[in-house]
Amino acid sequence: MKHVKTLNKANLKETAVRGGCGECQASCQSACKTSCTVANQKCENAK
Amino acid sequence: MIHCYQMNGYNIILDVHSGGVHVVDELFYRLAQELEPPLPEACPPTLVEKYAAYGREAVEETYGEILELYREGSLYSPDDYAAFADRMVLSPIKAMCLHISHDCNLRCEYCFAGTGDFGTGHRMEMPLEVGKKAIDFLIEKSENRRNLELDFFGGEPLMNFEVVKEIVRYARQREKECGKNFRFTITTNGTLLTDDRIDFINREMHNVVLSVDGRKEINDRVRHRVDGSGSYDAFLPKFQKLVERRGDGQYYVRGTFTKYNLDFAEDVLHLNRCGFDQISVEPVVADPKLPYALTEADLPAIFAEYERLAKMLIQRRREHTGFNFFHFMIDLDQGPCVIKRLRGCGAGNEYCAVTPDGDVYPCHQFVGQEEWKMGDIFSGRLDMEMKRRFAASNVYGKEECRDCWAKFYCSGGCNANNHTYAGDIMRPYHLACELEKKRVECAIMIKAALADRTDETGETIPCDQDCAACVK
Repeated sequence: MKHVKTLNKANLKETAVRGGCGECQASCQSACKTSCTVANQKCENAK
Repeated sequence: MIHCYQMNGYNIILDVHSGGVHVVDELFYRLAQELEPPLPEACPPTLVEKYAAYGREAVEETYGEILELYREGSLYSPDDYAAFADRMVLSPIKAMCLHISHDCNLRCEYCFAGTGDFGTGHRMEMPLEVGKKAIDFLIEKSENRRNLELDFFGGEPLMNFEVVKEIVRYARQREKECGKNFRFTITTNGTLLTDDRIDFINREMHNVVLSVDGRKEINDRVRHRVDGSGSYDAFLPKFQKLVERRGDGQYYVRGTFTKYNLDFAEDVLHLNRCGFDQISVEPVVADPKLPYALTEADLPAIFAEYERLAKMLIQRRREHTGFNFFHFMIDLDQGPCVIKRLRGCGAGNEYCAVTPDGDVYPCHQFVGQEEWKMGDIFSGRLDMEMKRRFAASNVYGKEECRDCWAKFYCSGGCNANNHTYAGDIMRPYHLACELEKKRVECAIMIKAALADRTDETGETIPCDQDCAACVK
């Protein structure tokens, strides 16, 4: 495509099917404690 | 829903419900904002007319690309997630903030923990028996979860370090018996670190959070010792030693910025110059009447500083001298699943705080507010009505979050801040929302800039940097 560059291949919707195992880190266990940022956490099952 | 913004010369379109991120040219950027699904097969003549200055062929070609992404499901993708909201039910408790000490040897002005005692009026350390009971409680309440997280928190945890060591020993024994995996974190001001303690922490703690605000004068203005003197010189060399000996283990130097240092990027750079490459510097959360508090009036300056920091990070990564800034970390391909993003922080449902007395609260920030006490570790009983309320405080439970473009990044925000500053855990705290949105925009822009290197065939040149600085 000439007018657009897509930065990612992932689709959040696909993660709804295989996700939700609950084993990943709670956001406040990283460095938060006064805010909430979830998107910067890692998936426990990411290769 | 799409979110379109321009930053640092990039036109960026985020497709909210697929997570797709597109860097586009000016014509695409303009056309995308004109359209709403469902898209027709052919480019609407009104668009060809309106954007005639670009030429019919270019408009139709660009429309064709928009249509292709739409068909692929990465532009204007529908919101199908309400169906998953019913999965936001009671969960096992798998993370605990253990208040090992309700006392501290510092008197930081902005401390949300009331300089250690959480406003309770009595300073105390957690007895070992309470700590062991908390481990039993967590194992029992975690049901089928294997990975259990426990943060030694305070106050200052090093004031009760012998108990920390004994609790770790006990948990290691219990995890073998129960098939669990404990991941410990310790959050410390570092003043009481010794070589032995550093070795223990580096051996046993999955993560370490080291509190420092940045430049000495900035740190010492708000992070005082009990006698009013600054704390910087008492901990910085110890932090450097800990990190030097830690190898690849997870850690963050973690600071707070206030109205006193709206040039906080300088503090981030200072921390990097001190030898730290995993850095978090967060906005203070405080009553707007306090002199150091951030208010809506500070937003333009903070936004400009976040952008300045983002541009500096891009430059540093290109020069192979990058570092990691916690709030700009984003993984567009392998981040958390959408179920996690819907659930948010998990406070009061899968995360809780335990006081030195053994009382249970939804999280560390609710400690000391008696009406939020949800149980105790001795009886094992929990206020299930309160737990259900927190389980429901997900993105789709919060009316104002449901239609926000950033909902899958902040996941509904901090419930404690929502309660304290917006009056309800279900109502977002707008100042925090604005800051979070800006940080997400910066984080995505950094990705766009780092992908903006192409070879002669137009293919992206992958970053050849193999270091912890890269946002994974």
